[in-house]
Amino acid sequence: MLVTAAHAATEQAAEHAAEGNFPPFDSSTFASQLLWLAITFGLFYLFMSRVVLPRIGSILETRRDRIAQDLNEAERLKEEADQAFAAYEQELADAKSKAHDIAQAARDAAKADADEERAKVEADVTGKLEKAEAEIANVKKKALAEVDAIAADTTAAIVSQLIGGTVTKAKLNAAVKVAAEGRE
Amino acid sequence: MANDPIHQFHISKIIPIEVGGLDFSFTNSSLFMVATVAAASGFLFLTTSNRGMVPSRLQSVSEMCYEFVASMLRDGAGSAGMRFFPMVFSLFMFVLVANLLGMFPYFFTVTSHIIVTFALAMLVIGTVVVYGFMKHGLGFLHLFVPSGVPGVLLPLVVAIEVISFLSRPISLSVRLFANMLAGHITLKVFAGFVTSLSALGALGIGGAILPLIMTVALTGLEFLVSFLQAYVFAVLTCMYLNDALHPSH
Repeated sequence: MLVTAAHAATEQAAEHAAEGNFPPFDSSTFASQLLWLAITFGLFYLFMSRVVLPRIGSILETRRDRIAQDLNEAERLKEEADQAFAAYEQELADAKSKAHDIAQAARDAAKADADEERAKVEADVTGKLEKAEAEIANVKKKALAEVDAIAADTTAAIVSQLIGGTVTKAKLNAAVKVAAEGRE
Repeated sequence: MANDPIHQFHISKIIPIEVGGLDFSFTNSSLFMVATVAAASGFLFLTTSNRGMVPSRLQSVSEMCYEFVASMLRDGAGSAGMRFFPMVFSLFMFVLVANLLGMFPYFFTVTSHIIVTFALAMLVIGTVVVYGFMKHGLGFLHLFVPSGVPGVLLPLVVAIEVISFLSRPISLSVRLFANMLAGHITLKVFAGFVTSLSALGALGIGGAILPLIMTVALTGLEFLVSFLQAYVFAVLTCMYLNDALHPSH
């Protein structure tokens, strides 16, 4: 059935061609087609070349320029950001070293103060110590000097108690002296 | 008549015009030429009227057409070929839109008439010849004399080159015309099977499924062919223009 239908169709087509009025080869329509093609295509060409293509071209160019411009801007901003970052790092390093210096100076000053204070205190203490020692030695010396007088008095008292007589001061002193020398 | 696959190519007068014995009537073919130009121009004009920095969908279709043809021409004929860009673009859009409009049922296919495709092909070849001689003078004839061919073979080679050059407008026009004609006839024939088979009763309706599927598939194919033939026409135009720009091989 398919085949017969196809056959019928092709036969019909062949019939047309045989009759000579197969439309695409019918030369009586050529003049009209050529004229209208020239008119329509000519107008189309003019419209394309004068209006549409310049417009699309300018749209594309504007976009390309804009993209290039934006890329440049981005590049510039990135450079700026890099510079700012470098400056920041530099400043940070400066600040760090400055802080270190300040801390070092403060530490040195504190140490010097402390040393000075200690030296002062030590000198004070040494002075007081020496003074005290001198006083002690003085007291000792005084005490020792009084020991002889006390010994003489005591001896005079003991002698008067024991033998009921008195001894001259000179004799007592000499005896105490002898005794002290023997003791030493 | 409705089943006649040739009927769709018939030209009928809408407004009869006759000048000096020649028939310049406004026909259905003329109507669809006007429709083709109006559709293509209208689309390209209206979609780009916003001049959007970020294109809308339709605007990007127009831009795609532009860049598609521009890159085709630049690849085919170098940047010097860009002076022919409006012509190549107009040819491509005209053929494409005419082919696509022809895919609508009951619409006339402008490009299914050889005189139309031949006129377009002659426009291309005419441009090549005129521009070739204008730009290179007689040096354009180098086109027919390839360099590096031994003297003995030269007459033969030149003859072949001349014949191939002369056959260009014919091949260019017949390719487009025959593709559109054959495609539409095939579609019509298969669609005709569906109606004539289903008239035969239940069995026929069952049998009509096959040509129906075929018709659907062919419709898809014909859309592809519509685009492809417009593309081929434009690409060959670019190659021929390249000869006009650089005649020495």
